[in-house]
Amino acid sequence: MMKPVQKKYYKKPLKPEIRRTKSAGGNFIDKLHAYRDQHAQALFSSLGRLVASPFTSLMTITVLAIAISLASGFYLLVINLQQVAGNLKASDQISLFLRYEISDSFADKFAETIKRNPNVQQVKLISRKEALEEFKTFSGFGSAIDVMESNPLPIVVQVTPKMTLDDKGSFQHLLESFKQAPEVDIAQVDMQWLERLELILEVARRGATLLSGLLGIGVLFIIGNTIRLELHNRRDEVIIAKLVGATNAFIQRPFLYSGFWIGFISGVAAWFIVTGMMLLLWQSVDKLSRLYGGTFHMLFLSFSETLTLLLISSLLGILGAWGVLVYQLRHTKPV
Amino acid sequence: MRYPEVGDVLRNISFHLQHGEIAFLTGHSGAGKSTLLKLITIMERCSRGHIFLDGQDLTYAKERHIPYLRRKVGFIFQDYKLLQDRTVFDNVALPLVIAGFGHLEVSRRVRAALDKVGLAGKEKKYPVALSGGEQQRVGIARAVVNKPPLIIADEPTGNLDPELSAEIMGLFEKFQQVGVTVLIASHDISLISQLNHRVLKLDHGQLVSSK
Repeated sequence: MMKPVQKKYYKKPLKPEIRRTKSAGGNFIDKLHAYRDQHAQALFSSLGRLVASPFTSLMTITVLAIAISLASGFYLLVINLQQVAGNLKASDQISLFLRYEISDSFADKFAETIKRNPNVQQVKLISRKEALEEFKTFSGFGSAIDVMESNPLPIVVQVTPKMTLDDKGSFQHLLESFKQAPEVDIAQVDMQWLERLELILEVARRGATLLSGLLGIGVLFIIGNTIRLELHNRRDEVIIAKLVGATNAFIQRPFLYSGFWIGFISGVAAWFIVTGMMLLLWQSVDKLSRLYGGTFHMLFLSFSETLTLLLISSLLGILGAWGVLVYQLRHTKPV
Repeated sequence: MRYPEVGDVLRNISFHLQHGEIAFLTGHSGAGKSTLLKLITIMERCSRGHIFLDGQDLTYAKERHIPYLRRKVGFIFQDYKLLQDRTVFDNVALPLVIAGFGHLEVSRRVRAALDKVGLAGKEKKYPVALSGGEQQRVGIARAVVNKPPLIIADEPTGNLDPELSAEIMGLFEKFQQVGVTVLIASHDISLISQLNHRVLKLDHGQLVSSK
């Protein structure tokens, strides 16, 4: 009598009879080739099956591609906004608006004293005239200024501190010291505004992450349902395969590859959708950017981001298929 | 064997099939023939008692071992259960592909099996293009291609005329001669009486004779 079969899988196949029980004859290389052939067969037959029913496949893939492109669209939106905010952040200067009665020469002296402060990197003096010119060019109120008899603008000293905004304590300290100076009327930082923008961006980022997660779950379920239908359509085949000794791994394989293909192709389609939409937006964004001195260049999906997109959508496909298969095959009689 | 709705389906059944033996399993409809066959192929589990296949107790077989145990049984169905979208070759090759044979070996064995059942040269045809008798022979080739020690046939001649039935029985006897055990469920009394083999008769879930 042979040993019970249960124990065989934990031991090395020492006796030839055990080997015969577990799988077919042939040497190791033969089996490896057969295994590789099985995978190749599953890979291409599942693709073939998708192509064989183009209408169904197209509908599923379109829905998935839209969902995936929405998720990656949100992502692109957020990283582009972050880029805008990043550019703004580069100017974390303090503007010191001097008292109106202070003269140009006195302002020069004041700027010199500030320059000697060890916490200050750079100081730029904007005279009344320069300020007026700048205001005329950028504000769009040029003609209104012309009506006025005298220049209403104060002298501004733009201070670039050595520390960044993140170093809040010492930054605040520096700001306070400027405020105390008798020459200074108002000392202003765009810090608060930036902080608010940061918070808004954080909300956008979280919202995008949540929505992407939700869309990902949607993709998972759509693929799962597609695979469930396919499994249902090929139920006879599954039962026959089970009856002639197929393991669940063998039965699952072509379906997992189907899931992979659906996910992968949807990912590729989503990339085209997103890139296409970005190209449509590009011109108008470029115009807008030029209005603001051309500091902003639209970000497209980079190579590594594209790879990530394809990887995630393929993985979602495999996972969606796998979840359904595990559940369905357990409930497909015979076991 | 026990179904909760109807109580015991099979009771007090005990028999042993020797290597290389042919036996008929007979009895009226609902006697439990199919259930017994399902127990042997672990499509159903028995609630009491033991079933040994090739010395291995099927009662406690774990789910993940079932596929490997099934490879020891070649199953032949009344309705053939062929894959209609695959060629004869692919249908017969299925058990070998599942068992992980390399394609040269698969090709060699499939041809040998088809040759044995008299279908050499029809590898590329699809099941629809074949007659009922030919389809059943494809089913038989698929059952024996993996050289299992036991062949189980559930009403293999149910859809065939007497002449074809006799031919199929002849095939089974050929397999018997090379040491394969064959268990055939059938209620075709005339066919059974023509052949001089052991007969297991079931009646209301009990084994009433085992000559």
